[in-house]
Amino acid sequence: MYLFIIRRILQSIPVLLLVTAVTFFMVHAAPGGPFSQERNVPPEVIKRLNQRYHLDEPMWQQFFSYVGNLLKGDFGPSFKYPSHTVNDLIVAGFPATFELAFYATIFAVLIGLIAGVIASLKPNTIQDYIPMSSAMLGICLPSFVLGPLLLLVFGIWLQWLPVAGWGQIPGDKILPSITLGASYAAYIARISRGGMLEVLSQDYIRTARAKGLSTARIVFVHALRGGITPVISFLGPAIAGLLAGSFVVETIFQIPGLGRFYVQAAFNRDYTMIMGCTIFFAFLIVVFNLLSDVILVWLNPRLRQQVGGGH
Amino acid sequence: MNYFLRLIIITLISICALSGCKKNKTLVELGNEEQILHVGNSDEIADVDPHTTTGTPEHNIQISLFEGLVTQDAETLEPKPGVADSWTVSEDGKIYHFHIRDTARWSNGDRLVAQDFVDTWHRALMPALANQWASYLFVLNNAEAFYNGSIKDFSAVGVKALSEQELEITLASNTPYFLQLLNHNSMYPLHIKTILKFGAIDERSTLWTRAENFVGNGAFTLTEWTPQKVVAVKKNPYYWDAEHVKLKGIRFYPIQSDVNAERSYRAGQVHLFDKLPKDKIAFYRNNKDPAYRTFPMYGTYFYRFNTLVKPFNDPRVRKALAYALDRESLVKNVTKGSELAAYTLTPPNPHGYTANATIPYDVEKAKKLLSEAGYPDGVGFPKIKLLYNTLESHQKIAVAIQEMWKKTLGIEIQLENQEWKTFLENQRTMNYQLCRASWIGDYIDPDTFLQLFITDGGNNETGWSNTTYDQLIKKAASSNNQAERFEFFQQAEKILDDEVPIIPLYTYVGNRLVSPSVKGWKNHLQDFWSYKDLYLESQEH
Repeated sequence: MYLFIIRRILQSIPVLLLVTAVTFFMVHAAPGGPFSQERNVPPEVIKRLNQRYHLDEPMWQQFFSYVGNLLKGDFGPSFKYPSHTVNDLIVAGFPATFELAFYATIFAVLIGLIAGVIASLKPNTIQDYIPMSSAMLGICLPSFVLGPLLLLVFGIWLQWLPVAGWGQIPGDKILPSITLGASYAAYIARISRGGMLEVLSQDYIRTARAKGLSTARIVFVHALRGGITPVISFLGPAIAGLLAGSFVVETIFQIPGLGRFYVQAAFNRDYTMIMGCTIFFAFLIVVFNLLSDVILVWLNPRLRQQVGGGH
Repeated sequence: MNYFLRLIIITLISICALSGCKKNKTLVELGNEEQILHVGNSDEIADVDPHTTTGTPEHNIQISLFEGLVTQDAETLEPKPGVADSWTVSEDGKIYHFHIRDTARWSNGDRLVAQDFVDTWHRALMPALANQWASYLFVLNNAEAFYNGSIKDFSAVGVKALSEQELEITLASNTPYFLQLLNHNSMYPLHIKTILKFGAIDERSTLWTRAENFVGNGAFTLTEWTPQKVVAVKKNPYYWDAEHVKLKGIRFYPIQSDVNAERSYRAGQVHLFDKLPKDKIAFYRNNKDPAYRTFPMYGTYFYRFNTLVKPFNDPRVRKALAYALDRESLVKNVTKGSELAAYTLTPPNPHGYTANATIPYDVEKAKKLLSEAGYPDGVGFPKIKLLYNTLESHQKIAVAIQEMWKKTLGIEIQLENQEWKTFLENQRTMNYQLCRASWIGDYIDPDTFLQLFITDGGNNETGWSNTTYDQLIKKAASSNNQAERFEFFQQAEKILDDEVPIIPLYTYVGNRLVSPSVKGWKNHLQDFWSYKDLYLESQEH
């Protein structure tokens, strides 16, 4: 098991290096620079700014000094927000992104599992069709449609919940979490329905029913554990996706998260910020995939045998 | 089914419980009670330092944190006393004496003295700082020479503290708009002692602008700066006119999207925001919403020709294209934001300058000119591309113009939209044939527009050059007589309208929502906001 984890960690190092190199050369190849503006910046000012940020050095030299600093954990100063370092901005923005992803995950798992389980209990009846059609709707409805829709109903018409902000007004975390979590809830509903249907058709469940156990007991004590296994393998990449893909929701709801910095950085050609966010998110994706694999291996004795640690 | 119904009920109850299931007080309502103004600012600020920033979001905040020697009346645009309570000007218009008011203070209580301006402008002109506004100080005698390094001693530059309260400024030439420049953020005084605490004087982006370190001299002082969340300022008790400042604080939220900002306004989360989305203007205007404000602005939307490439190296072609555009129809049917059709570069100027020359709408003449240039009825006209940055409003205009030229001149153009920085790069390197552009005046004087098109001017970007034009702009700069200056500008503008390196399309108009609870709001031609005059009054429902 430990060997498996170490092997996976070692495998992720070249992945992260590749991500760094590809992103570095791609952002520098994009037309326009970090200091260009509609009002022309005097050439001598551009020259001094380039000197300050070492953009006047050969590209390979810039790359190696970037990687050198990266190994020391230094992402460098932001070009757009020069009095902040990229490290500062990641530290400032990530908690909101993480919190948003956390609530969205809870929402997704809670709603997804409940809908999936309810649907699986009476397949091909109205009890199945309603949650599953809602799930289909959730999958089809992108967050940039769902978000404004929820804002219109709960923010503008009913005025129950704020339309923007994060931690400023009570209740301002509800709508963004639902918006971000909705499509994942829908996936989880479909996956858990599938998983549950498979488990519910097993002999041991039939035995439990024959013994006269209540539906609740059968579901929660016997079926759910097996039924949610596919959900767990889905959750690893899903959480990484929630973290890295929250920028649309962050923009709609004005959440001071990392996703907004990331997208703005691309528009601003804030090279160091783009690099910092990309590497950071890549790191998170690697970590969550690793975690999900480890949990699966840990849960599944057969997989444990395969990776070589049977104890 | 029971489970499902129960689930829906539980979910609804949870949402209601979390939200209190009632209409809470909005930020605007709370703000009205507490005299806290909530503002939707269009972007996250790069910094607070006026010497290292140039954007509008930064400016909206800087004007609350700093004050120049003079300010400006929003309606009459006349200079008003700021840090200086009086001033005199020499007969030749080159020497100014300012008297710094006794009560001028920094937000930490330090006295603000004439030397603070000398030290600040010294910093502004240090090349290592890479201040993009440095050229604004070139109106001072020898400032440009100091910046370029040909003069090493700053005492030769035209700014001197004669005493703690007496500041003498010597200009390189008579500059009638100089008092206006003093209200520009590039001319605000900075607390050099604080800057030096956090780094070298010419070091960019040190920690002096963090809320806990900041010292300014405006009506407000910085209390919080959380990136992408909020910049908060509170009333500065040391401000010389603090007793007239009614707001206790302002909170600026970076809201990049106009649509989101308008939604925040409707939900009562901001009192005002930067720009009303174009497609919402008609709704607020037609409903006579009391929050809706429309006001003229000192800015022009225009198209640039690359005059170095065929067919636009022929002025007849440029003229033909310009004459064929029905700009009245464009503002009435396409932009629909109450903009004014523009027939020349400089917008009508309240200080007395309105251009006589125009680029008229004359289809017959346009056809004739195109025919003379060798393209009768557009036959043989090369395929050209019209470049604009990706934005729906630019696209609508481009499509309308494409159609107008097709109909009137029989020429086909292709439209190409590019992402902002790519667009800027192509415009800067003249890698375009025809592209959209705009300019908002930095001060109310034709100079701010006509300077653009001097030979090799940094913002010319058309390749167009005319020696007589350059001389006229130079003459205007050195003239002591306003009527004479304006005459030089009229002549220069006539050349511009004859040679048409650009096609002016419309004069900007501001469209904004300002909550009716905000009192004392005045529209400003350059859209400068004056927070010290504002106060909030709760609205009765």
